[in-house]
Amino acid sequence: MCRLALKTANEPFSPYEVIQAMEAMQEGYDGSGLGLLLRGMEFEDFKYNPRFPILSGIAHSKKAEQRMDEFMDERGYELKYDHRFTMRPELIEAKDRYRYFLRAYRMPVEFKDKPQEERERELLLTRLALRKLGEDNNNDLTVFSFYPDVAMIKEVGWPLEIGNALSLWDGQIKSRVCMAQGRQNTNYGINLYACHPFFIEGIATMTNGENTAFVPIKDWLLGKNIPGYIGYQSDSEVFAHILHYTLKQLKLPLEAYKHIITPLSSKELEKHPQGEFLKGLRNVCRRLVIDGPNAVIGTLPDETCMLVMDQKKLRPATVGGRDGAWAIASEICGVDALVPDRDPSLDFQPMREHTVIIPPHRKELTIWSQHNQLPLPQAA
Amino acid sequence: MVSTQSVTVTPSSLSYTDLQWIIQHREDRCTLCGKCTAICPKGAIHLTYRRQRVPRVDVLSKKRGSDYKTFVGIRQRTKMANACIGCSMCSMVCPNEAITPVPNSNENRSVFFNNQKGEPNKRGGRRNVEGPTLLDRIMFDRISMLTDPALDAGRHEFNVTTTLGRVLSPEDFLDRTINGGWIPPTREIFPFVIGSMSFGALSPNMWLGMLQGVAYCNEVLGIPVVMCTGEGGCPPWVLRSPYLKYIILQIASGYFGWDEIIRAIPEMQCMPAAIEIKYGQGAKPGDGGLLMWYKVSKLIARLRGVPEAVDLPSPPVHQTLYSIEESVMKMVQTLSTAFEHKVPVYPKISASTSAKSVLNNLVRNPYAAGLMIDGIDGGTGAAYNVSMDATGHPVASCVRECYLDLAAQGKQNEIPIFAAGGIGKNGNVAQNGMALVMLGASGVHIGKYIMQAVGGCLGNEKNRCNVCNTGICPKGITSQSPKLYRRLDPDKVAERVADVYMSINTEVKKIMAPLGRSQCLPVGMSDALGIADKAAAERLQIKYVC
Ligand code: SF4
Ligand code: SF4
Repeated sequence: MCRLALKTANEPFSPYEVIQAMEAMQEGYDGSGLGLLLRGMEFEDFKYNPRFPILSGIAHSKKAEQRMDEFMDERGYELKYDHRFTMRPELIEAKDRYRYFLRAYRMPVEFKDKPQEERERELLLTRLALRKLGEDNNNDLTVFSFYPDVAMIKEVGWPLEIGNALSLWDGQIKSRVCMAQGRQNTNYGINLYACHPFFIEGIATMTNGENTAFVPIKDWLLGKNIPGYIGYQSDSEVFAHILHYTLKQLKLPLEAYKHIITPLSSKELEKHPQGEFLKGLRNVCRRLVIDGPNAVIGTLPDETCMLVMDQKKLRPATVGGRDGAWAIASEICGVDALVPDRDPSLDFQPMREHTVIIPPHRKELTIWSQHNQLPLPQAA
Repeated sequence: MVSTQSVTVTPSSLSYTDLQWIIQHREDRCTLCGKCTAICPKGAIHLTYRRQRVPRVDVLSKKRGSDYKTFVGIRQRTKMANACIGCSMCSMVCPNEAITPVPNSNENRSVFFNNQKGEPNKRGGRRNVEGPTLLDRIMFDRISMLTDPALDAGRHEFNVTTTLGRVLSPEDFLDRTINGGWIPPTREIFPFVIGSMSFGALSPNMWLGMLQGVAYCNEVLGIPVVMCTGEGGCPPWVLRSPYLKYIILQIASGYFGWDEIIRAIPEMQCMPAAIEIKYGQGAKPGDGGLLMWYKVSKLIARLRGVPEAVDLPSPPVHQTLYSIEESVMKMVQTLSTAFEHKVPVYPKISASTSAKSVLNNLVRNPYAAGLMIDGIDGGTGAAYNVSMDATGHPVASCVRECYLDLAAQGKQNEIPIFAAGGIGKNGNVAQNGMALVMLGASGVHIGKYIMQAVGGCLGNEKNRCNVCNTGICPKGITSQSPKLYRRLDPDKVAERVADVYMSINTEVKKIMAPLGRSQCLPVGMSDALGIADKAAAERLQIKYVC
């Protein structure tokens, strides 16, 4: 069972903080990997414009890096910033990590006045093309994300070691949201892409547990032929894609996610103010019902963070914090480490009907229950 | 010595060692109560006089000789018309365990005489092939243990229902909700449906018992079982009762009983669960329904709007239309309209190589609510033996192929596929059904298993009984003669329906729990399946395990 931690704060903080919190929960992982997602970026040596998309990943050889450069040039991207990690390669198990990159680009001019959707699609397609480029060349290029204001780092090994290897303690990079997963390798092979969090068009989730309904969900998502619905080296990747599907394809509010992955029973829906609509939604999205056990933690482009459970609620997760700083973690000790100055009596452990939402203003939590009205004026 | 000429030995003369079943009768136990001969549906045994030699031995004289006495005994008839069918009703009624049929281990010559008067053998039942079926050999080998704790079948909450009816894509659904379009009707049902067995095929007591049992499952046990009528309509009082919502009405090419149904529409208190349009049946693909004249009683004749005691064959195809595509399209649409677009309407076809084209046709028909595929092991009330044994296609590969075809289009379960044909043939009903579900079926129909379990049907794959067509069903399950069907107590049948469904429900949970599934029926969860047969594994795209 992996361990998850997320911190969101008004004041940007170093990812090393979250990695240290992961140490508190160290019984929960076996050092088979760390995944980090940062959002709301700040660089010590660069005044970052949050409109610039950031490309993050690993070039496994010099050649791969050159190929990537050429590709980005050709596609019309202008490199604005190339973050250099202070590396201690001896701390990293894998020996073929030529370079970790976090690079901010200016989008090609023709996208300047394009609607948000088109810009996002372009970034997605570029990321996929780069991933393909790597795959076609012996996997010498791994690309995790390409999106404004988001950076991702994934590596095999013990979380703290990885943090040290990349000198994440040095305060060079900070962010307002940071999510981390310490991986317990279980069913699938160790693969960089299989490491949480999973990312698509600004939406990211990480999961604790195992999704037993993985294969039918994967089959369905693959059949949809939506760009980016690929990969699935991990059974948890579908959570990110379902969230993406809910928000971007169906254009439903975040609250609908819970209704899709863990619908209420017919009996409960009979009493629900939008029972008819939700029954219909359950019916058409039945193929996306997750069967857990899972705790899903995610963030959205507007820095909203959220936590949901599967129906059986067999995975732990706690949320706690104060005005301005909140944490979600698998264990209370994780929350303690992230926001020590909070009132612990206000910590909350969601039940199976809850969606915990930390809105971008970070003043207070929204605990939304599936039995509540779904904010859906146009449909219900 | 008698001359050969005077003994009537014809080409079709048989001795009882030529028959499929031989009666073993123990004179020493028999009290000649006559119960066995009275109950035998075939008249296979009869009381008859026999002669016994009594040796006459006179010790004082040198004379030796024989006296004879006559006594009453039981004899097996050897005419094909009276050939014992092994039903063992005789042994069930014998108070002294004096009689029982045994399968003939010798060569069974009677098969060569199964076509007397130029009529090839007709029978009820299903394909006579013994041994484990492919479904029996499928294992559920994805067991949750470490990372995901296995669930407790007894304690966790399970959702064991499936959707019957057209499922829109989420995009379409939202679009229609917002813009006020038609949302196709769906039903939440238990995935094991009582398959189509018509009111003509079954006796009134059997049918009534099943209906009572189904109502009990729904209303008391909370297991939403539905049953399909088969062709031949539905008793008028049922059409006007609230039980109609548990019933799938079938329309087949004979349209039997549909006058009554159409007339009843304005008076219906609720809508039926669904409408099934039968184009084909797995047991006898290419044949229509067949209700033989023996079973067309006054009641059946009235219900179907036909004269009494005439054969009622349905044409193999729906005669009113000349292409299947057109027929499916028009019939589905017409029936959907007749029920105000509030009832799912779907076709039933026999498994075959053309199932995929039918399916793809349905995908583009907005009114089609599903597809029912019936495989070669399906049962029937009456069919030619050759059709049952040799014509058709197994259901597993057909369903799998159809499912994968839909999956490739991202449309799996939009047209729910239901499967039938041999599920529970060897008694493993939940295992067989769930194997099909994981191969991609949204649910299964079970007919023969239900007859065996709730009515005590005697038929098996050793050609035991299987006289469902002739109206002499020894258990009263498929006969229309009150003399026979009053043997069957509808209340007891209902009780058995409840027993069966409670146990299927438990078994399904016992299958789902170790896979870690509880919220949703594991439709298409092929990663949970394995089979120790390389070719089958490859064909079904599941794991090969051995
Ligand atoms: S087994 Fe059935 S058919 Fe055969 S003799 Fe007995 S009662 Fe008659
Ligand atoms: S018991 Fe009745 S239903 Fe069963 S095989 Fe015999 S005749 Fe058919």
